Amino acid sequence: MRYFHLVWANLTRHKRRTVLTTASVAMALFLFASLRSVVTTLRASAAVGSESRMIVQSAKAIVFFLPMSYRERLAAVPGVEAVTWANWFGGFYQEPRNFFATFAADAESYLDMYSSDLELPSDQREAFLRERSACIVGQHLLDRFGWRVGQNVTLQGTIFPGDWTFTIRGAYHAVDPAFSEDAMVIHYEVIYERNPQWVSPGWYVLQLADPSRAPAVAAAVDSTFENSVEPTRTGTERAFNSNFITMWGNVSFLMNTIGMAVVFAILLVAANSMMLSARERTNEVGVLKAVGFTDTHLFGLVMAEASAIALGGAALGLGGAKALYASTGFSAMGFLPGFDVSGGTLALGLGIAVLLALTSGLVPAVAAARLSAVQALRHVE
Amino acid sequence: MSLVTLRGLSKSFRRDSQSIVVFDGLDLDFAEGSFTALMGPSGSGKSTLLNLIAGLDRPTSGTVTVAGSEVSAMGPSELAAWRARHVGFVFQSYNLLPVLTAFQNVELPLLLTRLSKRERHEHVRTALEVVGLADRAEHFPRQLSGGQEQRVAIARAVVSDPTIILLDEPTGQLDAKSAAEVLALLQRLNGEYHKTIVMVTHDPHAAKAAGAVLHLDKGVLAP
Repeated sequence: MRYFHLVWANLTRHKRRTVLTTASVAMALFLFASLRSVVTTLRASAAVGSESRMIVQSAKAIVFFLPMSYRERLAAVPGVEAVTWANWFGGFYQEPRNFFATFAADAESYLDMYSSDLELPSDQREAFLRERSACIVGQHLLDRFGWRVGQNVTLQGTIFPGDWTFTIRGAYHAVDPAFSEDAMVIHYEVIYERNPQWVSPGWYVLQLADPSRAPAVAAAVDSTFENSVEPTRTGTERAFNSNFITMWGNVSFLMNTIGMAVVFAILLVAANSMMLSARERTNEVGVLKAVGFTDTHLFGLVMAEASAIALGGAALGLGGAKALYASTGFSAMGFLPGFDVSGGTLALGLGIAVLLALTSGLVPAVAAARLSAVQALRHVE
Repeated sequence: MSLVTLRGLSKSFRRDSQSIVVFDGLDLDFAEGSFTALMGPSGSGKSTLLNLIAGLDRPTSGTVTVAGSEVSAMGPSELAAWRARHVGFVFQSYNLLPVLTAFQNVELPLLLTRLSKRERHEHVRTALEVVGLADRAEHFPRQLSGGQEQRVAIARAVVSDPTIILLDEPTGQLDAKSAAEVLALLQRLNGEYHKTIVMVTHDPHAAKAAGAVLHLDKGVLAP
């Protein structure tokens, strides 16, 4: 502590440079925390989904609908305990950027299927099931738009054009934070009434009695519809989610490589600035040595300075990212449910900051320690 | 009684491929409580001699002994600790740290001691009073005149009550009035506080303030 004012005085020598360098470190680590959190959230999302539930979709692609008649045949497949289905309702609230996931589902069987994943008060569930124009929304979505239960909200349809008004009858909580709370569930019948020729299931969800029979059930389902009008592809819900996430594969790659390269470049600039700052004071190293400061003192002072900038930047960047995303409940419009800067990301970010302190401080610190006092003093005289 | 004893002192260094000999077997003593001015042309070895006495530089051969301690035989850490305790160094260009106040600059050598904060502050206040700058304690170097800066540098040199004060052209950058004030201060430190002082100077007026004047030429004491 007795040398603290020396370190502080040097840090505040060029206030603007110190602030900018610290800000660079903070920005680099904020980016690091954000980009890595996208990747970790995507991975967590891929792990969501039950192994005892299976998704049946068109063998061609998820955008192709399946016939409604498949429902009874799926229910008859040995090992299938329950069946529900849903469809994707493209729509947004007021303006296109207010887009979120909306599922047009067979409401009762859908809620039964997901009863262990969604917490929905029973009175709200009943109210939703009673009313065709009702909907339920995730609590996060409710909070995001400042909605309340009982309110009517109008969506502009994209796949199903026109204005669609729904009454919010319930708000669910996701048991697993990686399960999106940014979604809305509506009754498929509402859409069917306006578009009878269009609406049929986008995918079926099967509840299995025994998860270990999943491969056999998948084979049985797909062989059942092999020669039908719409052949199917069946897999566990977790695999379905995982496949969906792999569509983000290139995004993850970009985050991990280009993003990290940008972070690294910013850190190099910051390190260079920190080294330059230490080099400028060669003469003062000579003065301090003449006064009696040892090589160890000089090494420690330079390292303390580098550490203060690196760790200060880390506290701002990593702490800022953690606080920002936690306070705003950021979820990229529901595509990254449970988005959070994890402890592992914070620890890794801190590790990068320590590495930065070492790399940017070590060179000038060793130089300061090794420099002879006479050599250093000649620098000014 | 000799406080500083130089025996068989040789110092040479290499510049490019040439070996330049500064001293070759110099013998010299500085008595305790003396005030000696070292004069001589540029390159005669005056500053090198100060650096060798302060342990900032090492002799090629020979010994440097200060108050019974052989400085030339000490390791780097021991030397730094010894310097903090026994040497007060004053430079031509003051060399105050610009980011520290006068008070903090003077306090620097005391940070290396075991003194408490209160004791350190008492010492600093005393040193600033001795040089007549108690009222400038919170000023930064840029807020002081050249003469004041040099007096702060002298306060820094004496604050730890060193065995010897070494000054390298302390009046070289000062106007006549400021130079006279600094020299008067040095005389007072020597006369009142019995400090042993070795001062390198080009200025004959400054040399007159010292009790003895030695002339160096090409590393050899002139008669």
